[in-house]
Amino acid sequence: MGDPITLITEFIKGILSGWGFSPGLITFILKFLGVGAVASFVLVVDILLVWVERKVVARFQDRLGPNRLGPFGLIQPIADVIKLLIKEDILPEGADKVVYNLAPIFALATVLLLWAVIPMAPTILGSDVNIGVLYIVAIGGLGTLGIIMAGWASNNKYALIGAFRTVAQMVSYEVPMVIALMIPVIFAHSMGMQSIVDAQSVWFVVLSPLAALIFLITSIAELGRAPFDLTEAESEIVAGFHIEYTGMKFGLFYAGELLHALTVSALLSTLFLGGWRGPFVEQAPILGVVYLFIKAFIVYYVIMWVRYSFPRLRIDQMLNFCWKFLTPLALVLLIVTATIDKVLANAATSVYTLANLVANLVIAWITVQILVSYAKRERKRVGQEREAASFRRPVVDEMITPEVVE
Amino acid sequence: MTPLTIVFLITAIVTLGSAVMVVTVRNLVHAALWLILTLFGVAVFYVLLNASFLAVVQVVIYIGAIAILMIFAIMLTRRMMQDTGPTVNKGWWLAAVISIALFGGMTWMLSSWIGFDTNLPQLSQGSDSIQQLGQALVSPNAYILPFELASVLLLAALIGSIMIAWERK
Repeated sequence: MGDPITLITEFIKGILSGWGFSPGLITFILKFLGVGAVASFVLVVDILLVWVERKVVARFQDRLGPNRLGPFGLIQPIADVIKLLIKEDILPEGADKVVYNLAPIFALATVLLLWAVIPMAPTILGSDVNIGVLYIVAIGGLGTLGIIMAGWASNNKYALIGAFRTVAQMVSYEVPMVIALMIPVIFAHSMGMQSIVDAQSVWFVVLSPLAALIFLITSIAELGRAPFDLTEAESEIVAGFHIEYTGMKFGLFYAGELLHALTVSALLSTLFLGGWRGPFVEQAPILGVVYLFIKAFIVYYVIMWVRYSFPRLRIDQMLNFCWKFLTPLALVLLIVTATIDKVLANAATSVYTLANLVANLVIAWITVQILVSYAKRERKRVGQEREAASFRRPVVDEMITPEVVE
Repeated sequence: MTPLTIVFLITAIVTLGSAVMVVTVRNLVHAALWLILTLFGVAVFYVLLNASFLAVVQVVIYIGAIAILMIFAIMLTRRMMQDTGPTVNKGWWLAAVISIALFGGMTWMLSSWIGFDTNLPQLSQGSDSIQQLGQALVSPNAYILPFELASVLLLAALIGSIMIAWERK
């Protein structure tokens, strides 16, 4: 009712059955067209993202950003794409040709695959599988694979170091991310994305702000964006895993990264911010798409905000933060949430919401207290008076050549 | 021939073909990548059997964790690109005997199985296989003992790995 996508589907279905196709084949063709439509739509949004990203970073750095081509520089991404397309395509010497060419496709395709389970409106969604949340985790693992392939096949030590760092980062941050993902699952009593949205008469971010925060942090780490951009740290390893890629192959990595950021924002909106929920969405389901994208772009803005405001972490800080802070916090949160869910199984929604919110605030307060006491101890330890480092006279002929000594 | 059969045949050919590639290809990283395709093919079989949970878990654990750790280990321990060598070692005949015996035994067992001719039973409407699986795993009448045993085993492995990596001050 009043939903253009359903109308178009019915229209095509009518034409196809008029041509005498069997129902099974019609379903197959419709699914095929649906995949094409969603992928194209998302990729068109992706072109716009180049402009958004450049404009926002310019504002953060007190610049104007692209403003020459078209109104507000809106045609700039088209020019970028043309530039990428006509650049020389270089295959580095000793590179593994097939794997090298497969990697950028993998990087973008795994991001597109995530859109299969994101419900865009009550009636518009790719596939309402009952394991939606696990599917997201699985696709995340495949994304890591694309980066390893790029790093290995380039035959470049910087690319390989970048790939190593990526694996360490993504495998580590997957742990708190999966635990944080389980919290909306507990609230909704289902792993299907549509059921999770349906269950959010109160947004889950109200029930569990900590889980949303953990998911946001781990998502930024999975994206490999600042402050977690060790995988492509410019000052250390030039560009990381995509150092050897030129032209449109680099463009695929770039587009994949931008689109991944928007996808993660859409996931966060779906899991914690009510997805397509909003006023009048029951009457006009197409409004759900608008609401979802508004929410996704707000989260995307936060991700960009973090990216351009924080300095890069060191690798030991990055791993310590994951294993010694996020993982224990997420585990405690999961145990508390599960207990509350069981104890208050028959309570009213308001009581349930309040109990979860209070539990989250208490956990956050305790965490802050522990962090403060740790910081005090650490400051004391560092500020303590210590003996000066002992100096051992170097053996001359071991370290310096005789000519220099004389 | 239903569409399901066609998908099954394509998946079977791809899975078996890539499995052969795993053991014949000379480059170790290539072998690992072919192995990933094989494991993915197995995940597709699970999807065809309506076991969506097993399919996704197959991808998460075998591709997302085990295969990636394998590639990681290969990249850390071997020379990067020029890692080619003989594909068989001295014990190849033993491996051949064992795999032939295994294949023969399974074929012999399955030859008397009646499941080949029966059609897929329809799932009852509205049944949630994940919910049933979850309840079976923690129900005292079903699999709680193996489930807890596996958990304890994993915990022991976790503690063991921490002990190995522990830096004694």
